Amino acid sequence: MPSIVKPSVTHPAAAQNSRGLTQRDYEGAMSTLCAGCGHDSITAALVHALWELAIPPHMIAKLSGIGCSGKTTAYFARGAHGFNSAHGRMPPIATGASAANRDLTVIGISGDGDSLSIGLGHLGHLMRRNLRMLYVLENNGVYGLTKGQFSASADVGSTAKGGASNRLAPIDAMLLGLSAGATFLARSFSGDKEQLVPILKSALAHRGLAVVDVISPCVTFNDHEGSTKSYLFTRQHEVRVTETDFVPPEPAIEATIPENGAAWVVMHDGATVRFRSVPAGYDPTDRAAVTAYLQEALARGEVLTGLLYVDEAPPDLHETANSSREPLVSIPYERLCPGAAELSRVGAR
Amino acid sequence: MRRDGASNLKPTDTADPTYFHRVVDCQWACPAHTNVPEYIRLIAQGRYADAYMLNRESNVFPAILGRTCDRPCEPACRRTRVDGTPVAICRLKRVAADLRGDVSARMPRIPSAKNGKRIACIGAGPASLAVANDLLPLGYEVVMYEQLDKPGGLMRTNIPAFRLPAEVLDEEIDVILGMGVDIRYNTPVTSLRALMGEGYDAIFVGSGAPRGKDLELPGRRDTDRIHIGIDWLSSIAFEHVESIGEHVLIIGVGNTAMDCCRSSLRLGGTDIKVMARRPRPYFKASPWELDDAEEEGVHIVVNHSPTRFVVEDGRLTGMEFERLEWDEGARHSKVLETVFFPCDDVILAIGQENAFPWIERDLGMEAGEWDMPVVDPVTMQSSLPGVFFGGDSAWGPKNIIWAVEHAHQAAISINNHCSGMPLTERPPQHMNLVSQKMGLTEWSYHNDYNPSPRQQMTHVELTRRFQKLNIEVELGFSAEQTAREVQRCLNCDVQTVFNAPLCIECDACIDICPVQCLTITTGGEEDDLRTRLSAPAANPEQALFVSAALPQTGRVMVKDEDVCVHCGLCAERCPTAAWDMQKFELTLPITLMTAEPAGVA
Repeated sequence: MPSIVKPSVTHPAAAQNSRGLTQRDYEGAMSTLCAGCGHDSITAALVHALWELAIPPHMIAKLSGIGCSGKTTAYFARGAHGFNSAHGRMPPIATGASAANRDLTVIGISGDGDSLSIGLGHLGHLMRRNLRMLYVLENNGVYGLTKGQFSASADVGSTAKGGASNRLAPIDAMLLGLSAGATFLARSFSGDKEQLVPILKSALAHRGLAVVDVISPCVTFNDHEGSTKSYLFTRQHEVRVTETDFVPPEPAIEATIPENGAAWVVMHDGATVRFRSVPAGYDPTDRAAVTAYLQEALARGEVLTGLLYVDEAPPDLHETANSSREPLVSIPYERLCPGAAELSRVGAR
Repeated sequence: MRRDGASNLKPTDTADPTYFHRVVDCQWACPAHTNVPEYIRLIAQGRYADAYMLNRESNVFPAILGRTCDRPCEPACRRTRVDGTPVAICRLKRVAADLRGDVSARMPRIPSAKNGKRIACIGAGPASLAVANDLLPLGYEVVMYEQLDKPGGLMRTNIPAFRLPAEVLDEEIDVILGMGVDIRYNTPVTSLRALMGEGYDAIFVGSGAPRGKDLELPGRRDTDRIHIGIDWLSSIAFEHVESIGEHVLIIGVGNTAMDCCRSSLRLGGTDIKVMARRPRPYFKASPWELDDAEEEGVHIVVNHSPTRFVVEDGRLTGMEFERLEWDEGARHSKVLETVFFPCDDVILAIGQENAFPWIERDLGMEAGEWDMPVVDPVTMQSSLPGVFFGGDSAWGPKNIIWAVEHAHQAAISINNHCSGMPLTERPPQHMNLVSQKMGLTEWSYHNDYNPSPRQQMTHVELTRRFQKLNIEVELGFSAEQTAREVQRCLNCDVQTVFNAPLCIECDACIDICPVQCLTITTGGEEDDLRTRLSAPAANPEQALFVSAALPQTGRVMVKDEDVCVHCGLCAERCPTAAWDMQKFELTLPITLMTAEPAGVA
């Protein structure tokens, strides 16, 4: 723990968003994670993105499971609703929260242990159902909270801090998403907010489930030479597939000179995500091509980053399930609970 | 993929003491470079004697300055840029002085064996006294010539006792005189040639700027009720003047005018007006002195230019003024009307100037503007080798703290002069940087930001204040006020020191900084860098720190020093200790020169 709480003093010229809030207003409690943890940087990127989008903190529901990642929801948006669920069980709780009030901006924070080991089943089905939420996977390749055992995202041949080599194949959340029908898949790096912040903003504007897999180095257990999730390895092997600019819906969008390989995707709320493909011809809307490209890159040992795949067409879970448009909390009791007679009529059907 | 942020900007050179010195705004602004944050911490720890001695090392008169300093440190204080008001540095200095106890055993020791060099000091004001303070511990003999029968110069004659009690003044002066100054009272120097003939190894001129400016307007010579401000104040100090008329006009609005108007109130004046030619933003008086005068009921009248003293039947009845209207920037004015203000006395406080009737013009001393001796700004020497100037006599009226710094520089020069060393060979400035880390998240200084507002000085009640001339108005800080005010100090001397090769660019420091000081970005020229930082770096007076290229990406770490609150969280959240909090200590040349510096135990 730091010696002091982050002082309340702010920069006298700190910028305000359209709600008159500064970035400091989107912060949370002091982090108790290790100094230099990638998760803290992701938290800071989230603070930045939420502030820029001027989302009212009380309209945010933030949820997490267990692990170092599970703690991070406490560190941003102190005015938001929060739920710290059981290990790997964040997706069903998030589904419930969203079902009760679809106006909430739902943010789930998970880790590679929480998502790819114990919670893998829930994640797969969350992808199929396309629940509208931002799902951040803080990916460091180890179980940090239990002192650095390999997680399910550790690469074959990478080593633990003690020197042991991993021999089990990794689960790639992006490839998993492509096969399970996910509609927004991005990968980024905690050490690169220039890329991460626009991706998070695009994800928050997405119509369905947006999975953002963020390489988030564990400084304590997985930032050494044999690691493939270290700051240095990621910087040396990162290949940016797309450069992403998020354009909010408010200003008139004037596309001037389309750059070579540029593409636009209009989000459901009218915002625009502009891509510049770094390898010419990369098409983030072509599921088969993206799958193939990802597998080739994996074989080359590259860490692909950017908004890898997006499809704004499929309906989200609310549309599929035809759930209540109105938040349950604002529906009068008589309408919300039809009564015993109506229930037995439904039961007898 | 490595994104190369090749920088053509040279990394900041923090090995030069100037860089970190500038970060300590108060110390940088202080002419004598007093180590303010360190003495404030000592006060916080209740180590008043240590705080006093640390002050004395650079400014020689902590108790006097704790009441009267012009405080160039306070407008410079970083706290002003953070929450709008500076730390009450001057008031805290007085706390250290008031509570110091007996420090006589810690004063510089005077060798019994002298070095055989004799120095003459002209005047017994702050500049001469500080020269004696610096040279006596080195074995010099100092002879001091004073035209009055008491020492102190303008500190005694021009600063009223209700701001600076005589005991406070005497105590600090006596320490220096007690080191063995051969002081000759009632001995004005009437000829520099004669003095030079007495075989001194060096002569220091610290005779001040003793001539108050006059105002030659119609009627000036027709009455004896028009007084020159500094002469009038000195007559009060020596009890030659004990009363004044009920209605008094003060002409001029500098600090002398403030002392004149407040003294008038204590000598029987009831309707006191300070007449200013220009609007308030252009006043020369310090804001706090204006506040204190207005609190006592002095009326400050702006935009009035005097034209005539009105004397009827040999009696001063008032003054005529032109009421002015100024353009923006107060450069040009036009006259609106002529107005009359009745009064019994007029006090002129429109400035003062040097006067050297006792320096023979054929001595060959080079004279410059206004026929004043040319003084070297570094060595304080005139064109006559061995004749040095300091204080107001060097370049006209400044203040006590400047006089002290001039004296330090002159003492260094005199020492060089007497040892046959070139005057340009000044002792160097040194710095020490010491890590303040005590544990994983523990520092040897109080690193939390305290949001307390600046503590207000309590004054003696107005009804009691005017009963006697010498009732000190400011009561000093209470223990509670002191305890709060010391924590407002941001410890700017505890520097954020960065070691680029250790950085892994995890962004932890950037994310934790409460005031968005830090940025990792591609290198570039300063003007360009200032536009792309975490928060706008709009204050060009404040330095940007730019690191060497970072190992992983070649980008640079940039810190805008402007509003850093020195909380140390960047260093606490740094996993590789690339950031550290290190206390910066400047070794002053004067300390280096003197054999036994009055250090902190």
